[in-house]
Amino acid sequence: MSRPLLQVTGLEAGYGSAQVLFGVDLAVGEGEVVALMGRNGMGKTTFIRSLVGLAQRMAGRIEFAGVDVTRYPGYRVARAGLGLVPEGRHVFRSLDVEENLVATARSVGQAISAGDGVPAPEPWTLERVYEFFPRLAERRHHRGNQLSGGEQQMLAIGRALLTQPSLLVLDEATEGLAPLIREDIWRTLGRLKSGGLAVLVVDRDLRALARLADRYVILDKGQVALAGPVSDLSERASTIERHIGVA
Amino acid sequence: MLLGLLLAVALIVPLLGQPYYTRLVARMAIFGIAALSLDLLVGYAGLVSFGHAAFFGIGVYCAGLLPMMGVQQVWVIVPVAMLVAALYGALSGLISLRASGLYFIFITLAFAEIVFYIAQGLRMLGGDDGFRLPAPTLLPGGASLANPVVLAYTMLAALVLAVWVARRLSESHFGQVVVAARDNETRLRAMGLSPYPYRLALYMIASALCALAGVGFANLVEYASPASMSWVVSGEFLFMVILGSAATIVGPVLGAVVFVGLEQLLSAVTEHWLFWLGIVLVLRVLLLRQGIHGLLAGGGQR
Repeated sequence: MSRPLLQVTGLEAGYGSAQVLFGVDLAVGEGEVVALMGRNGMGKTTFIRSLVGLAQRMAGRIEFAGVDVTRYPGYRVARAGLGLVPEGRHVFRSLDVEENLVATARSVGQAISAGDGVPAPEPWTLERVYEFFPRLAERRHHRGNQLSGGEQQMLAIGRALLTQPSLLVLDEATEGLAPLIREDIWRTLGRLKSGGLAVLVVDRDLRALARLADRYVILDKGQVALAGPVSDLSERASTIERHIGVA
Repeated sequence: MLLGLLLAVALIVPLLGQPYYTRLVARMAIFGIAALSLDLLVGYAGLVSFGHAAFFGIGVYCAGLLPMMGVQQVWVIVPVAMLVAALYGALSGLISLRASGLYFIFITLAFAEIVFYIAQGLRMLGGDDGFRLPAPTLLPGGASLANPVVLAYTMLAALVLAVWVARRLSESHFGQVVVAARDNETRLRAMGLSPYPYRLALYMIASALCALAGVGFANLVEYASPASMSWVVSGEFLFMVILGSAATIVGPVLGAVVFVGLEQLLSAVTEHWLFWLGIVLVLRVLLLRQGIHGLLAGGGQR
């Protein structure tokens, strides 16, 4: 693995008195794609939410680009370069596509420097996002609540890219989308990966994940049950199947 | 189109030489500015303030106090009033904006009551009774806002300016962030923006705008009293915003026009005019989903 961009150690997190994560270790290197898997309720979403302060962090340490961000409020973690595409997408429904994209956009100079010299990738601009997602360009003046699920997902990805992230985090990247749109999303993520962007992705589509990811981490009951390079996936298919319960 | 017509009527009325109607136009413009300033909070930011009259009252008292010190020029009084209001907005906003929902409503109310009781306690300024404006505000060139025609045109100009500023603001990046925070605050934070500084800035702008209306009101009634900042006035502002439809800028201005118009009409007929006004609000909520603004803009009826 290359130098870790995101390094989570011993993370315990949950909601109020309900603890969901019990000491999760997970790292994502620069330019690396990590697939986070597990059955429903095993803590994938809680893990992602706790990164940006949406779930309560109880113990452990989160480092981002060499900086300890464990005690940062969520918005500062995001500003340090973590671009989140949340489950359910959550576009701003009263804003149109373009407004959604620019409302939270940051120019590269505005992003807090991600610690010790993470190489600056090509900055994201509105034009570049539209070139990536021509569909969004066509719908640029439609409001968030008038978009299809696929369009909303593209918008959520575009919105995250415009915050100039060094790590893109997608929770349920293709959930509830039509097969063709899913293919689109996977292709997009592939392009982003070849552009050098690090990605942490949660999804159920093992085959697509195996093509895209470098490594996988499987959560079971709030702990890491299994982790390794994706080349393992076929060898360990039966164990994996037991943990995530899908073929 | 209809708005243009309304504005044209407002511009013609003062020329007819009927002081009553001229003052009515001025009153509508003044409350239009106040309602619009509250709409920035209620409509765009989703912050229901129940203490907005405090800033109106600050404008009223500035317009009353500064002439005592020999200052009558509008270009001193208005900036001072807006600045004082913005400062009080900053002070109270720093605290109240940490709360949301019902708590925000009550904290803003509490901050308004503080100003109200301070004004009421100022014996030398007449306490609860308030005081008569020692002198009106003067425009450059010496025209006096005590003249209803001058006041009406000045406040109409201020209203048009305020509408323009509010529109620009709502279309700006700043406005988008404020709306995004209203739609989904958690998400905005997860995208790396804290809504707090944006809301605080908006709160200060809305406070300052409302003080501008207050300066006009002091000149209209030639009087400054704590009543101008009571919670009842805050409630009336909210009434206007809801009547017209929030988050439309022009809607609350129409709401203010209808409110002031009905107030004059109904209070001439019956002393229980508030009762009938209440019925109007109920009808608006039941019949006009998009408020008066939606009715005029067409297709808003449901």
